[in-house]
Amino acid sequence: MINNPPLKIGIASGKGGTGKTLLSTNLAAYLSLTQPTLLVDLDVEEPDDFLFVRGTTQSITDQYKMIPVWDEKACTLCGICSKTCKYHAVIQLGSIILVFKELCHSCYACSELCPAGALPMQKHKMGEIKTITSGNLTFIESRLNIGEEQAVPLIHQTHERVEKTHGDIPLQIFDCPPGTSCPVVASTRNVDFVVLVTEPTPFGLNDLRLAVETMKEIHKPVGVVINRYGIGNSDVEMYCREAGIPVLAKIRYDRRIAELYSNGQLVYDKIEDMQTSLDNIIKAIQNVVRKN
Amino acid sequence: MKIAFTAAGTTWESMIDPRFGRTEFFIVYNDETQEVSVVDNSAVKNEAHGAGTATAQKIFEIKPDVLITGNGPGENAATALKQLNMKIFVNAHNMTIKEAYENYKNGKLQSL
Ligand code: SF4
Ligand code: SF4
Repeated sequence: MINNPPLKIGIASGKGGTGKTLLSTNLAAYLSLTQPTLLVDLDVEEPDDFLFVRGTTQSITDQYKMIPVWDEKACTLCGICSKTCKYHAVIQLGSIILVFKELCHSCYACSELCPAGALPMQKHKMGEIKTITSGNLTFIESRLNIGEEQAVPLIHQTHERVEKTHGDIPLQIFDCPPGTSCPVVASTRNVDFVVLVTEPTPFGLNDLRLAVETMKEIHKPVGVVINRYGIGNSDVEMYCREAGIPVLAKIRYDRRIAELYSNGQLVYDKIEDMQTSLDNIIKAIQNVVRKN
Repeated sequence: MKIAFTAAGTTWESMIDPRFGRTEFFIVYNDETQEVSVVDNSAVKNEAHGAGTATAQKIFEIKPDVLITGNGPGENAATALKQLNMKIFVNAHNMTIKEAYENYKNGKLQSL
């Protein structure tokens, strides 16, 4: 029993604003009362978990990606680079080659195929990873610089970093970017279970369906947490029942939660229902993961 | 003078496509020769990334003097278009190409 692998939980949602941050930060803080817990904010374009974590900053590191830089003198204007780049991150406009570093995926193709060696790759800072500790809780925030359009390389680097330096923490919670595209897939890549946070409304249901499809494609076990339970209707519950997706918890709509949240405060220690919900969530996940 | 419109179709009565990067077509009108041509940009539909810069590359090949569109190019595309000596007019939403052209002639379109 000593060498149990860590339990890795992804918290995701079909769109932002459904309660992903509320759940991630409260779950992590609550679990850290009894055991070492890791919270990683992978919502790199808009990380906001930090608003709810008070601790000591241990380190801040710059994160880089490699981008091509045009050497005008060496270039023969053959046009190969702009035809090569799948992402249209390098284009040729007459006698000018433009590199859009925010669009670049660092695949090296243009640089390697350039016959004149006119596109050497260089380091470009795209964001930062910050580590904060607070008691039993280790918090890692991954933040993309404003204007950068590629979240995936930073998300991968953050995963690597976590595995290397915090891989032994028994409970790991990853707050993933909202949506259904590449960043959320990259974020949930190595988690054991994905919690999808939603609201009991038609919009919530629509986004939930899309998120469930995405998770099916990458074969992740999922469970649903219904936030603001009591508003809207019961369609989300019906959908989960029919699709065979477990509803892990229903967080009842409560004005006090909204107020505490908007003041940057955790709620699990102030609202009793919340602790019950968090207990239910973690138990249900442990059951599913153990069975697999 | 060569005038390019971002267009949702291929005729004079087609609507302006308000998106620059993801426009389906360009309709190009030369008001000296009265020649009209259509440039297909629909391949850009399949691009998850970089639609704006891909379309900017296309515009560069057309080399119009004037571009008429809706929302205006995004940041990346705008950087690329700066390399071109071209006037850009925006806010031609909900107009046909013909209406947009008339509004442009009468100085009623907003320039960027
Ligand atoms: S591939 Fe190299 S030589 Fe050819 S246009 Fe691009 S930068 Fe210039
Ligand atoms: S490295 Fe790859 S993604 Fe970046 S500009 Fe070159 S070909 Fe495009």
